[in-house]
Amino acid sequence: MREVAVIGVGMTRFGVSQNTSIEMFSEAAMEAINESNLKPKDIEALFFGNVLGTHEEGQMGMAAYAAADIGIPNIPTTRFEGVCATASVAIRDAFMWVASGYCDVVLVGGTERASVMDTPYATRTFAMGSDSYYEGPAGITFPGVFAMLAHLYAHKYAIPLPKLKEQMAMVAIKNHQNGKLNPKAQFQATIRDLMEARIARASQRGQPVPTWADEMEFLRDIKVNPVIADPLQLYDCCPFSDGAAALVLASRDKARRLTDKPVLIAGVGQCSAGPLHNQKDFTRMKARILSAKQAYTQAGIEPQDVDLCELHDCFTIAEIVATECLGFFEFGQGSQAVEQGETRIGAKIAINPSGGLKAKGHPIGATGAAQACEVVNQLRGECGKRQVEGAKIGMTDTLGGDACTICNVILKRGW
Amino acid sequence: MEYKLTHKAYTSALRENRLLGLKCNACGGYTVPPKKVCIECASEDLDVVELSGRGEIRTFTVIRVAAEGFQAPYIVGIVELDEGPWLMGNVIDVDCDEATMDMIGRRVRLGHAVIPGDKFSAGERVTATFSLEN
Repeated sequence: MREVAVIGVGMTRFGVSQNTSIEMFSEAAMEAINESNLKPKDIEALFFGNVLGTHEEGQMGMAAYAAADIGIPNIPTTRFEGVCATASVAIRDAFMWVASGYCDVVLVGGTERASVMDTPYATRTFAMGSDSYYEGPAGITFPGVFAMLAHLYAHKYAIPLPKLKEQMAMVAIKNHQNGKLNPKAQFQATIRDLMEARIARASQRGQPVPTWADEMEFLRDIKVNPVIADPLQLYDCCPFSDGAAALVLASRDKARRLTDKPVLIAGVGQCSAGPLHNQKDFTRMKARILSAKQAYTQAGIEPQDVDLCELHDCFTIAEIVATECLGFFEFGQGSQAVEQGETRIGAKIAINPSGGLKAKGHPIGATGAAQACEVVNQLRGECGKRQVEGAKIGMTDTLGGDACTICNVILKRGW
Repeated sequence: MEYKLTHKAYTSALRENRLLGLKCNACGGYTVPPKKVCIECASEDLDVVELSGRGEIRTFTVIRVAAEGFQAPYIVGIVELDEGPWLMGNVIDVDCDEATMDMIGRRVRLGHAVIPGDKFSAGERVTATFSLEN
């Protein structure tokens, strides 16, 4: 296999967009292509992620239309779907086509326009990631799955639920702090900013002014932070988002001629698991443990070698469990690690310096590509105030469905 | 080899509060809900058996924001059946505001509920329900 490098990245701002899925993708794709010092005609194939386009825009076959939108209507295009891990699965496949020697330069990424769905409809379509015959009929939702994970975790490690909820809140607080520093993030505000804005608004309107002592008390208030699925409250959940992200991959030889800072794909992993009920104790996600191991082995590194990780914090508890399954902390210790600040930028390992799904946003078809964009920018030292100083090795971790698809990508400096 | 315990046969029994599963003649493990092969060892040498329909709650949540077609609040739980497999369903006969972590480990008995189909489902649906014992 040949070495493969990321030579250009691009992404839209995440949030609520007036643009179509294809318009967003084209914006991200051209940014990546231009950054690579290439033209669209240099792209040999498109690996395209999108999950719910049929429901959001009534569109199938979007990969082909996306290529046409950037002037390359005749290249092979393939749409990937691995629920929320979609774009990471696409990156892994794109990597293999270049590594194999079949292609030299390819475009990979994803796009999603979830905001056009209202909450009940979006909740229904997202729940299609669960087993529709044996779990869907119980009315399970995505927050519901991770709410059950929180209860399972608290029970297993005998952590009083109020204590675990506080540790989960610290995940949200940290990721919003990072998101504030990311101009592409959906929420560029800390939890404290949001709290103070509420106080200011109440004061302006002559309403009773809330007296929250701090962010923690604000987050405990179910009037401003309602329960979505016990024990998860609104701020434990990532938002529905629109956005797109894209990367250009090239063989290392080709990359050397195009950029001074090629970021190498050092290792990839992907594993599946059956429906949630078959996974039994899903605090230890077997698919994630195996996928990460594949990636570490291929990269020839250990978890402690990773400087930063963009991981799948679709819910606050999900970040805690991911940090354990990826080997950054012992099982049962992830919640304490957050509390001790070990996952902040500049601490033991920077987890989600971009703000994560929680604050940066989670356009599900684009998320894995956006995670990879952040890691690439971090390794190049281009992340401004949220820069992880001296970052040499970064990793992505993306979870699809009820952990039915997990994909990991390890990236390192190629200069 | 034909599919031994289809969704149709499984849900027909569930509608009578009978829980069907597959017992593996190779490893002795149980597979429920049904699959083509044993979830433990992938053997196709399986017999359709009726399970006890009893087990213990392993985890749960109260859904406060429901998907289209469902009326919140309601409780979703995962139960470890006495035969070993875990099964998702609705915990019923418990007040949503009194559903606390004390429920984990409680013994339950299986029932069922029929959920109307929506435009995305392949017809009417059946879910397992769980009632607390004692």
